[in-house]
Amino acid sequence: MSGAKNDRRLILGPFNRVEGDLEVRIDLVDGAVGEARVTSPLYRGFEAMLVGKLASDALTYAPRICGICSVSQSVAAARALGGVRASGHARRSTPPNGTHSINLVHAVENIADHLTHFYLFFMPDFARATYAAEPWYSAAAERFVAMKGTASAQMLPARAGLMAMLGVLAGKWPHTLSIQPFGSTRAISAAEKARLRLMLVGFRAFLETTLYAAPLEAIAGLATRDVLYAYGEQSQGDFARFLRLSQGLGLARLGRTAIRHLSFGAYASADGPLFPRGVFHAETASASPLPLAAIAEDVSHAWYKGEGGVPSQAAPAPDMAGEDAYSWCKAPRLDGHVAEVGALSRQLVAGHPLLRDMVARDGAGVEARVVARMVELALVVLAMEQWLAAIDPEAPFRDTAPIASSGEGMGLTEAARGSLGHWLRLEDGRIRHYQIIAPTTWNFSPRDARGTPGPLEQALVGAPLRSGESEPVSVQHIVRSFDPCMVCTVH
Amino acid sequence: MSRPLRLIWLQSGGCGGCTLSLLGAQGPDLYTALKGAGVEILWHPSLSEASGAEARDLLAAAARGDEPFDILCLEGSVINGPAGTGRFHLAAGTGQPMRDMVAALAQRAAHVIAVGSCAAFGGITAGGGNHVEATGLAYDGTTAGGLLGAGFIAQGGLPVINIAGCPIHPGWFVDTILQLAAGDLTRADLDEWERPLAYTAQLVHHGCARNEYYEFKASAEDLGDLGCMMENLGCIGTQARADCNIRAWNGSGSCLDGGYPCINCTAPAFEEPGHAFVETPKISGIPIGLPTDMPKAWFVALASLSKAATPKRLKENAAKPRASVLPRDKRKGGA
Repeated sequence: MSGAKNDRRLILGPFNRVEGDLEVRIDLVDGAVGEARVTSPLYRGFEAMLVGKLASDALTYAPRICGICSVSQSVAAARALGGVRASGHARRSTPPNGTHSINLVHAVENIADHLTHFYLFFMPDFARATYAAEPWYSAAAERFVAMKGTASAQMLPARAGLMAMLGVLAGKWPHTLSIQPFGSTRAISAAEKARLRLMLVGFRAFLETTLYAAPLEAIAGLATRDVLYAYGEQSQGDFARFLRLSQGLGLARLGRTAIRHLSFGAYASADGPLFPRGVFHAETASASPLPLAAIAEDVSHAWYKGEGGVPSQAAPAPDMAGEDAYSWCKAPRLDGHVAEVGALSRQLVAGHPLLRDMVARDGAGVEARVVARMVELALVVLAMEQWLAAIDPEAPFRDTAPIASSGEGMGLTEAARGSLGHWLRLEDGRIRHYQIIAPTTWNFSPRDARGTPGPLEQALVGAPLRSGESEPVSVQHIVRSFDPCMVCTVH
Repeated sequence: MSRPLRLIWLQSGGCGGCTLSLLGAQGPDLYTALKGAGVEILWHPSLSEASGAEARDLLAAAARGDEPFDILCLEGSVINGPAGTGRFHLAAGTGQPMRDMVAALAQRAAHVIAVGSCAAFGGITAGGGNHVEATGLAYDGTTAGGLLGAGFIAQGGLPVINIAGCPIHPGWFVDTILQLAAGDLTRADLDEWERPLAYTAQLVHHGCARNEYYEFKASAEDLGDLGCMMENLGCIGTQARADCNIRAWNGSGSCLDGGYPCINCTAPAFEEPGHAFVETPKISGIPIGLPTDMPKAWFVALASLSKAATPKRLKENAAKPRASVLPRDKRKGGA
């Protein structure tokens, strides 16, 4: 099918099985996406809400920006508050126990998000009616159809069992207040440490029998695409099922971007983060340092007044008057360039051989984004075992000295779905400026003043329509491959 | 058995955290619990297969009355800004304020549930001056009204059921839905803010592991200390209505167990306490918020008496993150 009769505009929404509300407008040209515009339709105004509040209140408000990245928001806020330096204040640092404990809490959230994304958000698309004639359809639908598939009956208890670690480490999830600027409020006893280890053992068993049907070390150590595909051929795990579906549908080359990848660095330790900070450039297959001062937000196509600018200074106010604007999402750019964030970007910056090989062969597409999450999930569980082992129940978990009351702070971290930053200024113990750039703000940003579309808008171009479809399932795969969090995006 | 109760879930000005918390339901998991209760999710933005036009058509048919359903859940505040237009949240794919879709569906539902404090009262989204004009379904903070109006009664005969909390405990929702599905949730099962008494008949104070410290006014000085957090750290668990220390969070936890205070997140207007969340406002050294039902003079008298009687063990341990003096059986000799 081709020709003008097939050219039309589609408004896709509500775009569900993402976190929060999302609308995507696409122009179909010759049976494929010609242009896409991504709209984040909800504005809540956390940045304005926080101005005037007492500094410590940020730790109650920030996690409530997002129910799925709640801990990431806490970590960023705590780092931003702890990063405020004033003359006369001694420089403080988080004791090792605090670092390990916060890493564990953060890791539980991030890997639970990877798991939730895979089973509840992404895989159900293979159960859509458009695939009904495919030979694999009935097995995929039985396993993954939303809410009724056999997988969710196994995954939900495993996820809840993992989250039980947060009952011990953080009081509750989401919206803990245990994460403070220099450590955790929850000291762990030796018995609790043993109990946490058991929870992790239980979760590992689920991964190794159901998700991967392979040892974590084997998944973490996959080094080339060919070895990955060989695993996919042999294994009965759900990840292998995805790989077979993905190969059959060509998802490696669907939804590709050819832009920079960012990571702010994730999971602190005395030797530096587990996954480093940096920028990955596909054309040279190399990473370079991340120039933080080059991050700025453009609001030319977003519903805000004024010019945007660097997040430590600019605080554009909402305004729906702009004619070119179509989203509450601002457009963050690195030195003027569009950038993608997420598990794939983190692993590309970190130099994981499998992801670098996949991107070198096929580009950064749907398959690589999903594989990066699954590989990272294995890597992080292995790291969690080390962090837990390193906790000394006799040593402190927190430095309780008060934070500085005036000055600027920046808190950077990685949520499951990518780089998250908070920038704030305190005066006499009160918040005078607060700006947030969330992962999906990068990925689902609208066009900028130069007219350059955001990462998803670029990735959607060329997405094909299957015969008989009114709304392309390819767009569903591409959008969800970013694991968007819309409530964070606009905040 | 009659057909399952059909549930439509919408989200507006919130964080999605109540859904994420609910997915942590244990023994059994959420889907098993709903199935067991005879409740079918017709549409949920995070969980359903149907997307885009399919979902839009379904919701439009439900609003017209052509697609029968029984329970409407809203998670997140109703967004009315800017300037009353509702344009801070235009429902994706429709160009219409989400507020209007919620209002239309509420007229068709047998039962309307506000999931979380945002949907009940405005919640966190109404904080900091409420620039977005957020309200709850039947309240704007403590004022009756909200989107549906003060007198709103759903077709099933109940007002909006406010499962308040930030976030909700999965058990609060599951209990409510089980009772609704069994047909035995009545007005008498709801408290003065129409919250299910199943969890608000309790105070957060009940079952708090710090109760002995409270009794002897042995206070924590910093977050993470073992002592009672009422005197210094803003804890209002003695007034807050919820069973957080009886019904564990994530298997074993609670805010108090996590080393930080109860901020009364099940109550209207909790988002603006008028002081730092983690500091207790005091007048002449006495906390201004006293335990529920307690006369001030008695509290002061008892506090000074119990402070004088505080065992050494509690005095020693209260301002530390782990106990240095442990209980010991006197029949066993030694120190």
